[in-house]
Amino acid sequence: MTQMPPLVALVGNPNAGKSALFNALTGARQKIANYPGVTVERKSGRASFADGRAVEMIDLPGAYSLDPDSLDEAVTRDVVLGNLSGHRRPDALVIVLDAGNLDNHLRFALELIALGLPTVVALNMIDLAERDGLRLDAQALARALGVPVIETVAVRRRGLEPLMSALDGALKNPVAPIEPVATSFGAQNQRARDIARSAIISETAGRQWTRRLDAILLHPVGGVVILLALLFLMFQAVYGWSEAPIGWIESGFALLSDGIKNAMPDGYLRSFLTDGVIAGVGSVVVFLPQILILFLFILLLEASGYMTRAAFVMDRMMAAVGLSGHSFIPLLSSFACAIPGIMATRTIMDQKERLATILIAPLMTCSARLPVYTVIIGAFIPASSVGLGIGLQGLVLFGLYIAGILGAMLAAAVIQRFVTQSRTSSFLIEMPRYQWPRPGDIAINLWQRAWVFLRRAGTIIFAATVILWALLSFPKAPEGSNVSQVEYSVAGRIADGLEPIVRPIGFNHDIALALIPAMAAREVAVSALATVYAIDAADEDAAATSLGPKLAADWSLATALAFLAWFVFAPQCISTIAVTRRETNGWKWPIFMVSYLFALAYAAAGITYWTARSFGL
Amino acid sequence: MQLDHLPLNQIAVIRSIDWESLPDQEGHRLRSLGFEPGVTIEALHKGIFMWRDPLAVRVGRMTVALRTNVAAAIDCELSV
Repeated sequence: MTQMPPLVALVGNPNAGKSALFNALTGARQKIANYPGVTVERKSGRASFADGRAVEMIDLPGAYSLDPDSLDEAVTRDVVLGNLSGHRRPDALVIVLDAGNLDNHLRFALELIALGLPTVVALNMIDLAERDGLRLDAQALARALGVPVIETVAVRRRGLEPLMSALDGALKNPVAPIEPVATSFGAQNQRARDIARSAIISETAGRQWTRRLDAILLHPVGGVVILLALLFLMFQAVYGWSEAPIGWIESGFALLSDGIKNAMPDGYLRSFLTDGVIAGVGSVVVFLPQILILFLFILLLEASGYMTRAAFVMDRMMAAVGLSGHSFIPLLSSFACAIPGIMATRTIMDQKERLATILIAPLMTCSARLPVYTVIIGAFIPASSVGLGIGLQGLVLFGLYIAGILGAMLAAAVIQRFVTQSRTSSFLIEMPRYQWPRPGDIAINLWQRAWVFLRRAGTIIFAATVILWALLSFPKAPEGSNVSQVEYSVAGRIADGLEPIVRPIGFNHDIALALIPAMAAREVAVSALATVYAIDAADEDAAATSLGPKLAADWSLATALAFLAWFVFAPQCISTIAVTRRETNGWKWPIFMVSYLFALAYAAAGITYWTARSFGL
Repeated sequence: MQLDHLPLNQIAVIRSIDWESLPDQEGHRLRSLGFEPGVTIEALHKGIFMWRDPLAVRVGRMTVALRTNVAAAIDCELSV
């Protein structure tokens, strides 16, 4: 039997707990790819029936109806209707309903059942509904809908076996839908509410928890204070919690490098391995702890339901620059990486707002800039305290994030006023109930992020550092020459051409050199500097000391600050440009984005340098 | 009474929605979130500082955030 396993799609409203159910059914064996022809993320995985037969599951983007108002919703519609070319139509649907939200979610369920595919309904988050004082009759619901209804609590793995066996039954014995296709939206809504009412056995005052928490977290003043405190905590944590693991990774790479130095004779290969590969990849992998902490915070905020509250709190301020709370979530994701941030803009209904958000997303300080900031701050800013347990280094880092945010706000206002010429923005969003994030789901997500980062460090960054090592090592400076190897190499000569352009903003030759590979990925600037200084070092001991002290000895404070200012606004990584091109369907907007960011970066670095110089730094 | 003027924490029913005054997309999203004449609604929270915008409202069993300019298109009646 070489028959393909049946394809089953999980479909439902946003916030119905669809992804948690998907994780519970498929475990960690998930594949992430894109749907053919579109950039919407496709999550698939394997589940199995009681007798071991496999089922292919896909987790469709959350939608409110088959009449889409976003790209994500359009994909969901095209997949369930079998209209997405290159993608097979699902053999069955699992409709995921939030048990606590039946009256609002049933309308979409009716639309889906009317399609006539074998269907099972998962009445999910039944525990939360009960906590909120709602008792439901699943059998009555099943009779009204004409399809099996299974009570599930995905996060506690409750109801998974009955769900799979009902699915098996539905696939073996398809039944014709009893639900007539309602004609108008209003009629569908009415029908949904009638069915919901008939399925509710009893209800007492609900949503007390969410309401009480909202009274605090959405408080007109307190809510803002809490959000700012959370963000501040997040950035302090990125710095504070990562110290120890960074130390372990550093000593690990140092051990490896020493091992190779002892085992191999001096030569090109040894230099390539220690100065090129280990120094380059090591200096990037070292930032994995910080990136994971940042993602951990973002995932927790999302899973707990707080993220939309943050959007609510921020909406009016975003409106001042022509955006809305919708843009807040993609922009916050951009603090981890602009790529998922730009992809998350698909949920923004207003196309002008979406474009403006894409264009300013790279101004949010992504984790790839952290390595650059960390090295420079570590080298030039004393690790003293400004009181209240707040470190000066953390404060400077916070300041750099703020600079990026202010730059983005300014850019958004200008773009919405003069480029997209948008008159209004809109904000209309469902706020899910609060819930405890499930550690397993967070772990799966975090693992997927870490893997993506390591793969990047292993490929793009590896390639960039190796090429840079080669550019720096050849041609060899003649013996006894007073020109250093760096100056003599190919890279040194390219940097010679770049230097006059960046000299006015306080950059030296080494920085000009580091800016070239930083186009591949920002964090490579650090490994580039590491490689430059490792190769230029007179002896092994000098090479062994870490990068920071060398920079502190070599650069003026004004140069260091200008370098930081440059990276607040600075050059994109190539992947960001690529994803912008894909999301905006052309080269016009990526080119616009790169040009305005370069101009901003140059101006900011110049202003910083000359201001610092005038203060005698 | 328009939804943006509804006092907080008082149960009301949507009497009518002025779809014409809303941009197509917002009207569509409002419908798919379950805003319909006859539905129970309650204003829960108002936005930050002096703006008092957006609003968080309960519609059916769902909490939805919307701006006051959209809320102004929704006419409600307090339940007794």
